[in-house]
Amino acid sequence: MNPALGLAALAIVLAATVAIGVYGLRLSRATSDFYVASREVSPLWNASAIGGEYLSAASFLGVAGLVMAYGVDMLAYPVGYTAGYLVLLLLVAAPLRRSGAYTLPDFAEERLGSVAVRRVASVLVAVIAWLYLVPQLQGAGLTLQTVTGAPRWAGAVVVAAAVTGVAAAGGMRSVTLVQGFHFWLKLTAIAVPAVFLVLAWRSAGAPALTGPDVPRFPHTTVVRLDGQVRFDVRTAVTVGVRGALDGATYASGPGPGPTGGDPGAGAPVRLERGEHTAGPDTSLRFPAGAAVPHREGLAPATGASWANPLSGAGGRSHPLYAVYSILLATFLGTMGLPHVLVRFYTNPDGRAARRTTLLVLVLLSVFYLLPTVYGALGRIFAPQLLLTGQTDTAVLVLPQLTEAGGGGRLLAALATAGAFAAFVSTASGLTVSVAGVLSQDLMHGSARAFRWSTLLAGGPPLVMATATAGLPVADAIGLAFAVAASSFCPLLVLGIWWRGLTDAGALLGLVVGGGLAACAVVLTSVRGAGSGWSAALLEQPAAWTVPIAFAVMIAGSLLTRHRLSADAVDRVMLRMHLPEEVGSLPPAVTEPLPPAR
Amino acid sequence: MGSVITVVAVALVVAGAAAGLFWLVRGRRGFGTPADRAAFATLHEASLAAPPLRDGLNPDSARRAARHLRALLGTPALAVVGDGELLAWEGPGRRHAPAAVEHAREAMETGRPWVVPAELVECGDLDCPVRSAVVVPLVVDGLVVGALSVYGRQVSAGLVRAAGEVAHWVIAQLELAELDRSRTRMVEAELRALRAQISPHFVYNSLTAIASFVRTDPDQARELLLEFAELTRYSLRRHGQFSTLAEELRSVDRYLRLERARFGSRLQVDLLIAPEVLPVAVPFLCLQPIVENAVRHGLGPKPTPGRVTIRAEDAGAECRISVEDDGVGMDPEEVRVQLAGEGEGDSLGLGNVDERLRAVFGDEYGLVVETAPGAGTKVNVRVPKYRTGVRA
Repeated sequence: MNPALGLAALAIVLAATVAIGVYGLRLSRATSDFYVASREVSPLWNASAIGGEYLSAASFLGVAGLVMAYGVDMLAYPVGYTAGYLVLLLLVAAPLRRSGAYTLPDFAEERLGSVAVRRVASVLVAVIAWLYLVPQLQGAGLTLQTVTGAPRWAGAVVVAAAVTGVAAAGGMRSVTLVQGFHFWLKLTAIAVPAVFLVLAWRSAGAPALTGPDVPRFPHTTVVRLDGQVRFDVRTAVTVGVRGALDGATYASGPGPGPTGGDPGAGAPVRLERGEHTAGPDTSLRFPAGAAVPHREGLAPATGASWANPLSGAGGRSHPLYAVYSILLATFLGTMGLPHVLVRFYTNPDGRAARRTTLLVLVLLSVFYLLPTVYGALGRIFAPQLLLTGQTDTAVLVLPQLTEAGGGGRLLAALATAGAFAAFVSTASGLTVSVAGVLSQDLMHGSARAFRWSTLLAGGPPLVMATATAGLPVADAIGLAFAVAASSFCPLLVLGIWWRGLTDAGALLGLVVGGGLAACAVVLTSVRGAGSGWSAALLEQPAAWTVPIAFAVMIAGSLLTRHRLSADAVDRVMLRMHLPEEVGSLPPAVTEPLPPAR
Repeated sequence: MGSVITVVAVALVVAGAAAGLFWLVRGRRGFGTPADRAAFATLHEASLAAPPLRDGLNPDSARRAARHLRALLGTPALAVVGDGELLAWEGPGRRHAPAAVEHAREAMETGRPWVVPAELVECGDLDCPVRSAVVVPLVVDGLVVGALSVYGRQVSAGLVRAAGEVAHWVIAQLELAELDRSRTRMVEAELRALRAQISPHFVYNSLTAIASFVRTDPDQARELLLEFAELTRYSLRRHGQFSTLAEELRSVDRYLRLERARFGSRLQVDLLIAPEVLPVAVPFLCLQPIVENAVRHGLGPKPTPGRVTIRAEDAGAECRISVEDDGVGMDPEEVRVQLAGEGEGDSLGLGNVDERLRAVFGDEYGLVVETAPGAGTKVNVRVPKYRTGVRA
């Protein structure tokens, strides 16, 4: 890929973000302008903002990568990411907007009147946001590496520095506008190349996606391996090698390649059936029609098994359990993400909150159709990613593989811009909301504290992202969803719909549910991918941690029923469930002022 | 990758274990002489019982405080009785709870401590520790608001004395609660005072400005009159201490339209509002006095056209609002006097807003005024987006 174009795309996205963030406040000279126009954000714009903040690296890069490697089972992720908003719409959106809580800790305090629960909720918010930020930064590193060849950590540092810097300087003054812009940028960046991709597929004779064959190189292909890769050859093949292969180093001179006389062809080596190691800085030249060897741990799948749900394509064990667990985590985890909730407050009332959620569902549904296209066509046009293991880069690599020349480079630059928009918007939204929570609960909320908090919000994920690189991006996001689903989902659902929830029960549920899910996350990162039931349970913990969290919260509340104060519960419930126009008719219930701090 | 996370996880576990161990050691063995530790324990219990009592006397606060009061007295059972009803029973022998109101009656009527005769208390159960009681009335500001009943096997002189002292301490806390409430009432009274204080100059000026349009531009006059009516209705509304920033801005907008009718092109207004902060709850009528100050004292004496800029920004957990004018500015000393509430006459606005903001959100949320003679004025307001009990 052309580094200059890619870097230009990155620079434009960052500059536009900062510009809109700083100058995006609606300026109106005539007062009546303000009166009519900028009183409220329209549901569509608000929905775009939610979409913009929500579509992260996992959605933009990760989904296509997972679908490409592991087949249609992975559609559970986009389905869940979208359907999470349905659950949010049905159970949470309007009451939460009416409750007046700005953040999840606010909600905990408002509903349960307990500072202890508030503190625990703050800690969980930070943990979830960190987990969510790590793959964003990893994705940024991957993208910058794909575009310019820079080392992995560079992209993470660029995005982390840009986001925390802008947030700390108070530059995110109008986040809604920035995020709304980012949604449409991302949609364009993934939709336009997708159209060309489909056209290229048609003009290539629409090769079957679901045939009985494993992926093959469509034409002679040189695969560059930057790092060391172990891969598995199923059918012996002769390749042209430059660099290191199976311990031997092959000269980088002209050699008699399959096409003959090509100076870059390398020395011919016959790869026998079995495992091989190649790299770093090695290129392998595969003849057209050769079956693609797959990275270690990734089983080659025929088109038929790839397209067949629950077939365990790609070598994932217990696909049925994994799909249900992913669905549960994403359905119920969406409501517990710290940056999602904040956006709902921009709605003027609960009704608008519902309408916004509906629009979010539509926008997300449109968006998520597209990564699937990349995932499916990637197996035809860029099967070498299955060998390098970098399926997460499919969205970035495909446009220029299918469209030769300047057009392809422009499309690739567009995709890069979209990818960076994904990291920047999600990361900035998360950083700002976590910094808000941290500065309020740990440092008693001054402007200075907010600045330090942005560093605290952005720093740990950066360290973790540079130190780790293992999990696929969308899987890593899935873990953040799992923690959210097993801690905040029970808190919100029970808090809104069950009068019996007590502070002690909620505290216990948050600690047990969130703790179990977080332990599973840590164990998974430590052990790496594995097989068997224990690995499946740890990699997708939601299916067991969510029910446990609900059970603990309910049981704990029932056991501590004496702590309920009926008056306080009545007041909060009334406020959350009574539509605003009804609620404002009688004089509002006057509440005592809190003592001055 | 794994190694780093392992190290972090191990470090967290070790730190947690160390903290737990420290707490155990400190909690178990403590420091100082036994007398010191007894004093610490007593003070600790007292400090735990204080916060609920500061909410006043109700079933919830009584229940939460009773546990610590019982520990403080080291007595088997304890009851808190309110005005004719039992608020809390702490300890065993709950079957005596219904009689607690009866036991307290004598003490509450006389306003003096009373040792309940054993025959009124005892039940047939020989194991029951509730055999006798001393009841101390809780007298706040000369009114008996309740009673503290201490139950035990037998009432010693020491227990009567201790119960009396604890009751005195409870009364002190309840008096503080009363003080909190009266402070709240005071702030509310000030708010009412501010409402009544919609400036007579403004009413007069607006009406004359409208009158001047009646013949030349009747439509405009009608519009302005409606604006004036809406503004009056909002300013004089009776319920609620808080309003949303959107409503406040709407009211400011009406005010500015009326002022523009009078000043014409001499008054220009810029609004830069982040839509995110519009639903934030702010004290009712906290912006209009600031804007009025900018127009009347900043731009009024200025012969050339002037500009008022109102900004509202999202800043993490809080919302920042600023009102800036390029008028004649003020003497900082004069501003200090105003903010200290020592000003007089028509410049009460800023001081009042400042005081209300501090009363609601705490001292760090007061007004910040940047000004100098001839250099314009900028008034900064910070409002936390969420604060318990603050709601539009």
